[in-house]
Amino acid sequence: MPLSKARVAELNELCRVFRIDVLKAIHGIQSGHPGGSLSVCEILTLLYQERMNIDASKPKDPDRDRLVLSKGHAAPMLYRNLIEKGFLPKDSMATLRRIGSDLQGHPSMHTPGVEMPAGPLGLGLSAAQGMALGLRLNNSPARVYVIMGDGEQDEGTIWEAAASAPKFKLSNLTAIIDYNKVQLDGTTEEIMPLRDLSAKWHSFGWSVIECNGHDLRELSSALDAAAKIDDGPTVIIASTVKGKGVSFMEGKAAWHGKPLSDDDLAKAIAELGGEN
Amino acid sequence: MAKAIREVYGSVLAELGEKNKDIVVLDADLSGSTKSGVFGKAHPDRFFNMGIAESNMVATAAGLSTTGKIPFVNTFTVFLTTLGLISTRAQVCYGNLNVKLGGAYCGMSDAFDGSTHHATEDIAVMRSLPNMVVVVPSDERSTRWATEFAVEHKGPVYLRLSRDVYPDLYAEDTKFELGKGAVVREGADVTVIACGLLVHKAMEAAEILKEKGVSVRVVDMYSIKPIDKELILRCAAETGAIVTAEEHNIYGGLGGAVSEVLAWGAAGVPTEFVGIQDTFTESGPYSQLLAKYGVDANGVIAGIEKVLARKK
Repeated sequence: MPLSKARVAELNELCRVFRIDVLKAIHGIQSGHPGGSLSVCEILTLLYQERMNIDASKPKDPDRDRLVLSKGHAAPMLYRNLIEKGFLPKDSMATLRRIGSDLQGHPSMHTPGVEMPAGPLGLGLSAAQGMALGLRLNNSPARVYVIMGDGEQDEGTIWEAAASAPKFKLSNLTAIIDYNKVQLDGTTEEIMPLRDLSAKWHSFGWSVIECNGHDLRELSSALDAAAKIDDGPTVIIASTVKGKGVSFMEGKAAWHGKPLSDDDLAKAIAELGGEN
Repeated sequence: MAKAIREVYGSVLAELGEKNKDIVVLDADLSGSTKSGVFGKAHPDRFFNMGIAESNMVATAAGLSTTGKIPFVNTFTVFLTTLGLISTRAQVCYGNLNVKLGGAYCGMSDAFDGSTHHATEDIAVMRSLPNMVVVVPSDERSTRWATEFAVEHKGPVYLRLSRDVYPDLYAEDTKFELGKGAVVREGADVTVIACGLLVHKAMEAAEILKEKGVSVRVVDMYSIKPIDKELILRCAAETGAIVTAEEHNIYGGLGGAVSEVLAWGAAGVPTEFVGIQDTFTESGPYSQLLAKYGVDANGVIAGIEKVLARKK
């Protein structure tokens, strides 16, 4: 179903707040990955706050939808979404990366709502595939979503799973690539050219949908289309901007894993229309 | 009777799959060798051939386990514990997921294929992972138990399995238990703590040394992690000398695990380590390889003689 104008506005407002909260948490501990957390914001927010059938009061419901954040370094944006869904206490963002916290630097099973640990890149698609296979054996209607980075496409295991998921005709599996074109050391073009990403996935047997990963309506339509494909898995290549929403971070590899100074944070919050 | 460990594992797994519909099995294009294909033939809807892609296979099993399935992952030991290691650590063990790893050709049991196909570091690797349980069966009955145990146990399990035929060691009604070892031969002068094939080699050595008046106790330490601390300390106290014996590098495996216990509770008890001496191996007939690399009855005898010379 297309998103209503009002709902789009509500979700965009959540994204604005989430961006601020994530940057504050990373600034607070002076450690973390702002760039990729900002680029994946709309993807995660649409899935968690609108699409997925999940309920914090029934976290082990066998028919819940699953999400694997394969690009685990974007964990702060995942945690902020889990807070909004009631899986975590509202004040837990401030514990990010601190001793004794459920909010580890990368997702772990200690965190309510996290379905699979992630951190070493390249493993999430395979794990999501396993979930999809298991859910199909269970005759469950649940869907599995996995979010990968574009730098992560360098990993060989991604292409092992790219080969196997179509073999198993996993139409309950939707993969999304946060295609922000920047990785830690530079642009994907400089570090390891991805060439024609769409053609690569298509040749492995996937249905491929391309869209703007910051446009909630486009993303939502892509997810609708993916849900209708019944002969195999779909990958949504969502074009995004690393550091989206903060002008001095946008498209800059330097902001992959750099914490914000006090000045940076003040400027970023001002741009995002927040209060210090 | 003597049976190939892989044959026993494959048929027990298929049999368990009849009763327990949650069991699913994955292989990386070696199901004819690992014998996971026996399960595949019996339960094709619950068997997934992942192609030659070990990392993908283990990570897929991690996902399967979160849907209530009990995945058994199979390939040659050396590939599983190297190519499959990143998911084993970061997903299976870190997430304490209910995944079972069957390492099919342990030690030098894939003899002719050479060192690339020999697994001589796997115990060290797997026992260093938090949440992992490490079990090494030594005959048909202990293999049956180990496979049944892996189904029942909640959490990661590593089964070190052999391509080779092992003689029977245990009576039909033997009770096995995680965290326990078994005294399979009583003796008073020295204890050989062994696992897998080397339990049989230690039994041969004990028989030979009996004629020379040496009384050798043999322990099958089939549960390497957790390990039977109490039994190790009791053997150290009662026999005053320990020899560990394994088809594995002398570093980090059973010898390492036993040493950790001895250093803690029986420091100073003379100990010798029978195993592969921190070297890569080679192709050849299995029995000749075992002899050349000192992991046969003669190797165990040499270890016993060394340790007895040091025993006061």
